[in-house]
Amino acid sequence: MTFAVQQAVNAFTVGAIYALIALGYTMVYGVLRLINFAHSELFTAGAYVAFLLVGALGGTGHPGLALLAALLTFVAIGLFGVTIETVAYRPLRAAPRLAPMLSALGVAIIIQNAIMLVGGKRPLVYPSLLPSGTFDLWGAVVSAKQVTIFLVAVLLLAGLELFVNRTTLGVRIRAVSESLSTASLVGINPNRAIALIFFIGAGLGALAGILYASFYGVATFTMGFVVGLKAFTAAVLGGIGSITGAVLGGFLLGLIETFATALLPVLTDGVVGTEYRDIFAFLVLVGVLLFRPTGLLGDQVSEEAMVYKRDF
Amino acid sequence: MTSEAVALQRGGQWRGALLLAAVPLLLGLGAPLLANYPLRVLDLVLIYALLGMGLNIVVGYAGLLDLGFAAFYAIGAYSYALLASYQYDLHLPFELVALLGAGLAGVAGVLLGIPVLRLRGDYLAIVTLGFGEIIRILLNNLNDVTNGPQGISRIDQAHFFGLPLSSPLDFCHLLLGLTVLVFLLVWRLEVSALGLAWAALREDQDAARGCGIDTTGAKLLAFGLSASIGGLGGVVFAAMQRFVSPDSFTFRESLIVVEVVVIGGLGNPLGAILGAVLLTVLPEVLRAYADYRLLLYGLALVLVILLRPSGLITRQHGPSWLVARLSGR
Repeated sequence: MTFAVQQAVNAFTVGAIYALIALGYTMVYGVLRLINFAHSELFTAGAYVAFLLVGALGGTGHPGLALLAALLTFVAIGLFGVTIETVAYRPLRAAPRLAPMLSALGVAIIIQNAIMLVGGKRPLVYPSLLPSGTFDLWGAVVSAKQVTIFLVAVLLLAGLELFVNRTTLGVRIRAVSESLSTASLVGINPNRAIALIFFIGAGLGALAGILYASFYGVATFTMGFVVGLKAFTAAVLGGIGSITGAVLGGFLLGLIETFATALLPVLTDGVVGTEYRDIFAFLVLVGVLLFRPTGLLGDQVSEEAMVYKRDF
Repeated sequence: MTSEAVALQRGGQWRGALLLAAVPLLLGLGAPLLANYPLRVLDLVLIYALLGMGLNIVVGYAGLLDLGFAAFYAIGAYSYALLASYQYDLHLPFELVALLGAGLAGVAGVLLGIPVLRLRGDYLAIVTLGFGEIIRILLNNLNDVTNGPQGISRIDQAHFFGLPLSSPLDFCHLLLGLTVLVFLLVWRLEVSALGLAWAALREDQDAARGCGIDTTGAKLLAFGLSASIGGLGGVVFAAMQRFVSPDSFTFRESLIVVEVVVIGGLGNPLGAILGAVLLTVLPEVLRAYADYRLLLYGLALVLVILLRPSGLITRQHGPSWLVARLSGR
């Protein structure tokens, strides 16, 4: 029982982070049908920018300071995301699908290596920007960090859900992701809606980066790679293009991965250990593509997920 | 044009074909004059040219993005490392392992392709990215089989039909031969019915399907063929280095092959060769700036896509064009 509770707590912590990143992938894919490879690097960039900001603002300690640094990071990376879209993706909107994907890949490599050149190759010892302390929950040890990460993520996700469903800007975003050309027919400027999507997606990804680095106490310039892969898997699992799906997929992937990793050594008598943690997300991805390519909530079959039934 | 006219035109192109064939021939004859270091660089160029032409089938012909090419390269390399070394005290001949390695990589490609390729193209990028990472994790952690991060050393010296392959010069000749073979293969494929199917698929999948093309089958063939060329490259790489470790098969490696294809020229084997030359020789010259290498690769990728999406040599200026041109047409 304690084991299950402990693993569930861990699962919801990583799940919350996956969900926050998955949103950026799913919103961009929903509108542009583009796998935004740069997104995972914005996650890393968020952690590094917040680190620099906290240093510039005069160290840790005050919670208001961490909040301010997070807010500034959100805006900075958000604007960076918008810039990337304008410079590297917008000119390619009419080009063959391969072009924007390659451009996104190039941008991802640029960001990752720029971070390496600025922040160094060595892992960064990350200050904890989250409240410390632990408490007991049905025998499991829960840290205040974990609770904070979960609450922050849930608040942000709820905020986004409200924003998208209850505001005019949100309606525009939904209209554009439904159909870019039809939305522009009814007077919505698709470029603005897309810019907004990149702003929000990149900002949330950056916040996820801060939470992730604070939780593990370390940041590396390559940390976005695997996390990004998992977050994209979460988006596919939930149903790509669906915001609710990304959240569901994020938490679900967190659960699957955490429990599978925890159970694997037990089931195999320790022959196979936790070093295979990163494999489960890939298995989930392949499984979803095999059996339910539209994802859990992808009822409105996206063009991409469409399978020619006769083939297999 | 009547078939006689085509035959006549083809017949008139022997001059171009001979001129083109003279390039690898002269390279092979001139290679003994080179010192070991330039020969090693040349070997590397040829390996990347081989890999580039292989990846080009997927990316350039079928228009799909494969970000895990290093995985197939690794499958080939570890095939040789496991089947011709003291790891299991197996010492299979190089020729056999070359076939096995290419075959295994091809099978892996088809198996990986089945869940993804019946869908539209985009997911392939992310699945191959994940597959590359999985292979790396397996190579690092299956200690009993692969020796983990230490890698496998004491790999057998290869023999090619009795001739020993030991010096960089031997491998230069082997690789020249393989490059010519693969070049001819992909060139013939491009102008075959299958090549036309790939072109149709690349331009518009639905229209291709409407014309009766088995899109999933065509994509699987492209992916499997490309993977087996990657596997073949891996076998040669392992025989040449006589040491393999997971470090040689990271995402960075996949990325370099993608750059070779995209910067050289999508859908053009001549472009892949040019890309291989540029991306191998430039880093050698600019060794002092090694830290900036990937940053520049990223920048180059974005700039090429934005400013010259066809790459340095366009698709139209492929081998067929070159032969016609050299024949004075």
